[in-house]
Amino acid sequence: MWEYTDKVQQHFMNPQNVGELENPSGTGDVGSLSCGDALKLTIKVDDNGIITDAKFKTFGCASAIASSSVLTEIIKGMSIEEASKITNEDIAEALGGLPKEKMHCSVMGREALEAAIADYKGVILPMAEGEVVCECFGVTDLEIIRAIKESDLRSVEEITNFTKAGGGCGKCEDRLREILQQTVEGIAAEKSKPHKDQRMTTLQKIKKIEQVLEREIRPTLKKDGGDIELVDVDGDFVTVSLRGACSGCQSSRTTLKEYVEKKLREQVVDTLIVEEDK
Amino acid sequence: MNCGSDKVIYMDNNATTRIAPEVVDAMMPFLTDCYGNPSSMHTFGGMVGRAIEQARAQVADLLGADPEEIVFTSCGTESDSTAILSALQTYPENRHVITTRVEHPAVKNLCESLTQLTGHKHRVTRLMVDADGLLDMDSYKKALSDDTAIISIMWANNETGVIFPVEEMAAMARERGILFHTDAVQAVGKIPINMRENNIDFLSLSGHKLHAPKGVGVLYVRKGTPFVPFLNGGHQERGRRGGTENVASIIGLGRACELAGQSLEDENTRVKALRDKLEKGLLSTIPKSMLNGHPEKRLPNTSNISFEFVEGEAILLHMDRYNICASSGSACTSGSLEPSHVMRAMGVPFTAAHGSIRFSLSIYNTEEEVDLVLDKMPAIIANLRKLSPFWKEDE
Repeated sequence: MWEYTDKVQQHFMNPQNVGELENPSGTGDVGSLSCGDALKLTIKVDDNGIITDAKFKTFGCASAIASSSVLTEIIKGMSIEEASKITNEDIAEALGGLPKEKMHCSVMGREALEAAIADYKGVILPMAEGEVVCECFGVTDLEIIRAIKESDLRSVEEITNFTKAGGGCGKCEDRLREILQQTVEGIAAEKSKPHKDQRMTTLQKIKKIEQVLEREIRPTLKKDGGDIELVDVDGDFVTVSLRGACSGCQSSRTTLKEYVEKKLREQVVDTLIVEEDK
Repeated sequence: MNCGSDKVIYMDNNATTRIAPEVVDAMMPFLTDCYGNPSSMHTFGGMVGRAIEQARAQVADLLGADPEEIVFTSCGTESDSTAILSALQTYPENRHVITTRVEHPAVKNLCESLTQLTGHKHRVTRLMVDADGLLDMDSYKKALSDDTAIISIMWANNETGVIFPVEEMAAMARERGILFHTDAVQAVGKIPINMRENNIDFLSLSGHKLHAPKGVGVLYVRKGTPFVPFLNGGHQERGRRGGTENVASIIGLGRACELAGQSLEDENTRVKALRDKLEKGLLSTIPKSMLNGHPEKRLPNTSNISFEFVEGEAILLHMDRYNICASSGSACTSGSLEPSHVMRAMGVPFTAAHGSIRFSLSIYNTEEEVDLVLDKMPAIIANLRKLSPFWKEDE
């Protein structure tokens, strides 16, 4: 059973703004029956570019219905310009969060909104172009790259949770890994350019290190029954403490140098030195 | 903890069943006073050992087997793994396995990871099913090969209840000298089984599907069948399964098998009638609904119905409001993004597969419960269809 927030349950049990507007200013039609979820969003926009009404029809699970319902509430009264800035994270947040496997439901909401706005403006979305990577769910590389950038995705599993790509036959997994690597490298290169001379403050470093530990390193170690904790950061020296199965583990030094240090160097500062607190 | 079991309308018995009160009574002494180790030399432990032998006889009775053919395990999955891996070790030169596309993950995932487990590359023939969920006997015959080590085919499918002709298939296997295993987890206690009248070499069953507790299962091993244990260790189960016995659960399973034998007729008359009433009622009051699986060749308790243009998880959550428990083959409930492998193997259209609901009854269900479900379901489906972009009112 999924752990849904009260907000998700409310919107699922009593969805708001159900239906289809007559003569809408814009329509967004995304997903399909074969994919397991689909959303048709219709919006009414007045002369001042304000969304005065929005209605939806959704085929899908509780989180898909709740995401659609809350989306219509969010955008009503907004200007087109404001609405076009809405991200899937905004939708998930308005619901008090979604289970990570269900994040693609919020992405579907954002996609429908974008499509409706594009339809209103009479432009064609670039996302539909690009190369289809996941044939099971018809997801293009452009959509995947965008999700990686927007939601800071760092694993193939996360890509599947957010875009559904790779969730079918799994044939595209290697390609997804490739796209992920290229995109992440691209982001790192972009970031390092303007900031080359700027040094991170220790506080920034700690925050960033904690983030990498939490998102990537800890889950991997936990799979083997271990855990890791940040003890101190002094200049480039990072002191950590290995816990659980990792403490006293024969290969803990290799884990530390080959995995933890490597990851932190890749994603925080490439001069970091990781030591174990004994 | 109060989990509200007095309020639920439990129609998810292929997932698990309630423990029969008689079973709990039988178990209690072994959770309290009678804590001796059945392997001990003293009388205190020996009494427990004798109780286990009684349970073994009760299980054997239900299966039409001899007590020494019964090996207690921890679950159906362990029984499946034991049988299949035993056969592969018995015939290490034979690198071919036959199974179906609709097996439970306990067999399906094992067969998919044989290379990892054995270090050898195995050919796995996964037999297709037709739209009714039935196997094609011709392709089965063709698949039988001189290097087939084991055939593993479920007796009845957990999602649709469709029954496979495993006895007929086992006879063909015997002619070719090939070992035959069946995962009978869903069949035992629901349809009559007599191992003395067939050629099946291994059969798996699971306690919690027939009103015994979770955490206990059985592997039937026909006398004379070559056998390699899965868990090596002590001499328990005559050296066929190491590990101190899960005594209370084994006693419970014995009692549950005795009860299952007594209620087999009730299952195939009254429960079947309730299932049929539920099924006919739903199909006739809800438009665009369809039955998944062969209408006749089926367990008496299972009904798998698709409601087109709506999604299974959403249906289940609405049913949950009325405390109605069932399951779905939709993507969202399976934790994956695609509908169940059984629905896909049968070629159930996506429009219907995502909205499939499995009702599975037991002897504890009543007509009032069926009536309540029949009363609530049409509105649940209609309301969700109002939300669906694919539903046209005039259809």
